[in-house]
Amino acid sequence: MIITNIENIPGMAIVAQYGLVTGSTVRAKNAIKDFGAGLKNIIGGELKSYTELLTEARKEAVERMKMQAKALGANAIINVRLATSSITAGAAEVYAYGTAVKAEPRG
Amino acid sequence: MIEILILLIVIVITYVTGTIIEKNHYKSIIKREIALIKKPIINAGAKTWNTKKKIKKIELVSGEVVISGDYFKNFAATLKSIFGGRLTSFESILDRGRREAIIRMRESAKDANFIINAKIESVMINDYYTNKGVPQCAIIAYGTAITYE
Repeated sequence: MIITNIENIPGMAIVAQYGLVTGSTVRAKNAIKDFGAGLKNIIGGELKSYTELLTEARKEAVERMKMQAKALGANAIINVRLATSSITAGAAEVYAYGTAVKAEPRG
Repeated sequence: MIEILILLIVIVITYVTGTIIEKNHYKSIIKREIALIKKPIINAGAKTWNTKKKIKKIELVSGEVVISGDYFKNFAATLKSIFGGRLTSFESILDRGRREAIIRMRESAKDANFIINAKIESVMINDYYTNKGVPQCAIIAYGTAITYE
């Protein structure tokens, strides 16, 4: 599955469109990691466990979007956007959305 | 009296740790930015991309970071916001976070020639204005990496 966040796929022609596909996830780490991050928050610097959490959330959101596109019979997703929002401290929400299309190699 | 003493100790400790962390972080950011100066080139605005060259790989790449201020920075910003002006202590947090996210995105696409339509998304997890906590900022940088053959 080809995923881009531009309007076309370089070197390929779009032959069919299947509309919007989305994927979202809300994740949290465990209480121990939250406590550690709370301490780190006072000292300063990067909160590694939350960065990890964000990476996992992003991967899962994109994965869910891919599954939806696959179910529709698409082989590519174009114009993908990632959006994040904060629900509560210690949880990460990532929302991924894009247009599912069928693409064929040009020429 | 004791409370003021504890507050002072916390401020001094977090001033030292925050300064050390920030210094080291900037050092590593500058080092890695220089290492990535040639490749991949970032194009922040292109909506479409047409090329005659053969393309080996197209993929979505991203870099994430959650960065936090420290207690001293928060305290300094609270004082500063009474008089107004630049809150330099918060500026450096966001600057470091965004640059770090961009570097991670580029590092995850080291062999790519271009990263097209790079976007930076950020959200405050712990908001300074609503609960007066030490701010944390979650940043995602993402774009389409294109590798030529």
